[in-house]
Amino acid sequence: MFRYYLDLALRSLKRSKGLTALMILTIGFGVAASMTTWSVFRAVSGDPIPWKSAKLYVPQIDAWGPSARGKDPTDPHYGEPADALTYNDAVALMHDHRADLQSAMYMITPSVVPTRPGTHPINTGGHAVFSEFFAMVDAPFEYGSGWSAADDEHRSEVVVISHKLNNKVFGGGNSVGKTLNIEGRDYRVVGVLRDWHPQPMFYDIVNTGGFYMDGDDLLLPFNTAIAANMPNDGNTNCSEMPKESGFVGLQHSTCIWIAYMAQLDSAAAARSYKDYLQGFARQRYPQWAPNVRLRDLMSWLDYEHVVPSDTRVSLLVALGLLIVCLVNTAGLLLAKFLRRSGEIGVRRALGAPRSAIYAQFLTEGGMIGLAGGVLGILLTGVGVAGVGLVMPKVIADLARVDVSLLLTTLIVAVLAAVLAALYPTYRASSVQPAWQLKSN
Amino acid sequence: MTLHPILAALRRHKAGVVLIALQIALTLAIVCNAIFIIGQRIQRIQRPTGMNENNLFMLTQMWVGAPTGDDAASIDKLDAMLRTDVQTLRNLPDVESAVAINSLPLINSSWTGGIGLKPAQEHSTAHAAYYFSDEQAIKTLGLRLVAGRNFTSADVNHMGARGQNKPPLIIVTKALADKLFPKGDAVGKSVYLDRSSPSTIIGVVERMQVPSVDTWANDFVWNSVLIPTRLDANFSRYAIRAKPGRLNAAMKEAHDALFSVNPMRVINEDEGDGGGWIKSFADLRAHAYRADRGMAILMGVICLILLGVTGAGIVGLTSFWVGQRHKQIGVRRALGARKVDILRYFQTENLLIAGGGAIAGIILAVGLNLWLMHRFEMDRMPVLYVLAGVAVVLALGQAAVFAPARRAANVPPVVATRTV
Repeated sequence: MFRYYLDLALRSLKRSKGLTALMILTIGFGVAASMTTWSVFRAVSGDPIPWKSAKLYVPQIDAWGPSARGKDPTDPHYGEPADALTYNDAVALMHDHRADLQSAMYMITPSVVPTRPGTHPINTGGHAVFSEFFAMVDAPFEYGSGWSAADDEHRSEVVVISHKLNNKVFGGGNSVGKTLNIEGRDYRVVGVLRDWHPQPMFYDIVNTGGFYMDGDDLLLPFNTAIAANMPNDGNTNCSEMPKESGFVGLQHSTCIWIAYMAQLDSAAAARSYKDYLQGFARQRYPQWAPNVRLRDLMSWLDYEHVVPSDTRVSLLVALGLLIVCLVNTAGLLLAKFLRRSGEIGVRRALGAPRSAIYAQFLTEGGMIGLAGGVLGILLTGVGVAGVGLVMPKVIADLARVDVSLLLTTLIVAVLAAVLAALYPTYRASSVQPAWQLKSN
Repeated sequence: MTLHPILAALRRHKAGVVLIALQIALTLAIVCNAIFIIGQRIQRIQRPTGMNENNLFMLTQMWVGAPTGDDAASIDKLDAMLRTDVQTLRNLPDVESAVAINSLPLINSSWTGGIGLKPAQEHSTAHAAYYFSDEQAIKTLGLRLVAGRNFTSADVNHMGARGQNKPPLIIVTKALADKLFPKGDAVGKSVYLDRSSPSTIIGVVERMQVPSVDTWANDFVWNSVLIPTRLDANFSRYAIRAKPGRLNAAMKEAHDALFSVNPMRVINEDEGDGGGWIKSFADLRAHAYRADRGMAILMGVICLILLGVTGAGIVGLTSFWVGQRHKQIGVRRALGARKVDILRYFQTENLLIAGGGAIAGIILAVGLNLWLMHRFEMDRMPVLYVLAGVAVVLALGQAAVFAPARRAANVPPVVATRTV
């Protein structure tokens, strides 16, 4: 029976080629626009570390008190503690060491002097972190490993470098044990990472804004970087001027510039860590009621608005376009189906039940959807390739065409067309056979 | 022509009419808001920074092994290196003038703060971005001094990049001066950048945008302060004005000259990712507004598809109706209706449907705008955009209906005499 309906549908579609082409184009463009913007949205709203994002937490502690908080109650961050920590709070949290794994970190951009003669020094980007950082974020090593807690303690001059920096400076290969000159001091390479560039750079959203052109070139021990006076290249926010000037003044001040992440393996551990933070805040800031937060990674990404609002607005507008395409297809199908009232009347008079009419016309709708979907896949391919022209490169690069995107495109197209065909089919099935047979 | 027969006929096609009106309403709602977004982005992209951007370029560099301490000796050493660089740049044949400056409009790296009218004022009167440079900044950047005087070289001092910002003399933009002193008498008055020591306003420049183009800076985008202080750090930034038409030559010269005066420095090369540290201001501008330009293009493309789909839908549905009413048209023609009457009939019919859709669309458009304002901090859409949108969909309806309506008008009266 289905084959018969397919045949009927094909004949009907062939009869009015213009109208059919119009419907296929409509569905194709509507689906392609939605899928293109969705591919971008999917890329930027995804979970950067799905296997353990539920165990990673970002603590926030209010170091400024109620007077420095925003005055505008409509502000989404109204009453929230600042999104980074003061140096003193971060160091105290590290010292207490209450989480399963944890690291304070700040952003650095030191220069590296290659050993090969005739090369200029190069600028690098990275983070100063603690030894537990590598296990916490599951950083994949190509050679060697991270450093030890003792290295943190002794301010050892060790460094973990990226695959890219390893190629640039040492020409690749196992560089563990080699010496790297950073800002005029020699550091021993203890590990080389694989090509690792999580997007968004979830461990330091505050300073990278989430999507960052290049991954970290190098990671140094936090205490070593502080001792070497390596300045913070991320944001510094102050509610009041530091009382002393310089980097040491910044460390003593209430300015916030340290990012922090903790791994808590169970819900119970997260609860007791939150209690610990409460106590910590009560003890350090007795002047005001403790105001702390402990967000898990995905809530944190949401809170920090990692998905650009342009991406959301584009997706919404494209979905609006898809709805218009649906309405348009519904109107055209209605006209097309009702034009065949006579044919429907004959089939019904010859004994076809309403369900047969439904099957016939929904098959026709589905076929339009399928054809529109195929066109949609082609146009989505073009769209995703062209995303780089209209969106920032760092975001556009994340949008990819894959099997799931293609399948979704096809399914959305067929569903959309069948949905659009529902009302016209209902109308067609309600045709009274007697009237149609009488009128001619 | 009376509307009665048209309305009577429309009543027979309720579903089709409702669908097409709904489509027009949705199209109107989306197109208005999309065009509003486009308009806003274009406005952002086109706003002038207040500088003369031609022949201007920026060079960022980082010294390797430079002192990192905050002691006076380290800072003096850095300052000496900075002054050497500036002097080297100023001596180049293709360079008209050059200054060291901590930031420039549109490059998103800023030092901002609150300014008060009294010491220890609880809430600042205005928020502003600080530009640290010297007496040649106004000349190099091409700013226009509209009141007071420029700094002299004797006014210029220096401090570490993490030093405390308490300059005795400042120059402010007109927007900031008007915010602080609405009577227009800012020159000679004192304000407080650090809540304790006064800074005297000695001059006012017409306009200078702040470095950030992000939304958080929207509230103070024209509030800039020029401070006659060289900031000493292990990196530095130079704004350089090339002699007219010598931009590329000057960019090359500057790179080579700095390396020859001190090779222990980093100036990132552009590796095709726009990450180079020597950039013409035109490139900086394009980079800063790339996302806005892209959003405007995307909204434009979606509008075009939308209008195309809706127009084609109207053509399709009207063609169908014309075919369905073939015989009736023949009868009307046989009874004496002129071709133009048939044409007018379909045009009026479309106007009624599109008009109905447009009314619903206005409500949807305003609703969508309010929702976007609430969810995405968008601005309120002026009525003008809605009216323009209505005009566009009505015109689209008329354009789309014209071809099928003319085909209808060409139905010969003889059709009336045929059966089926």
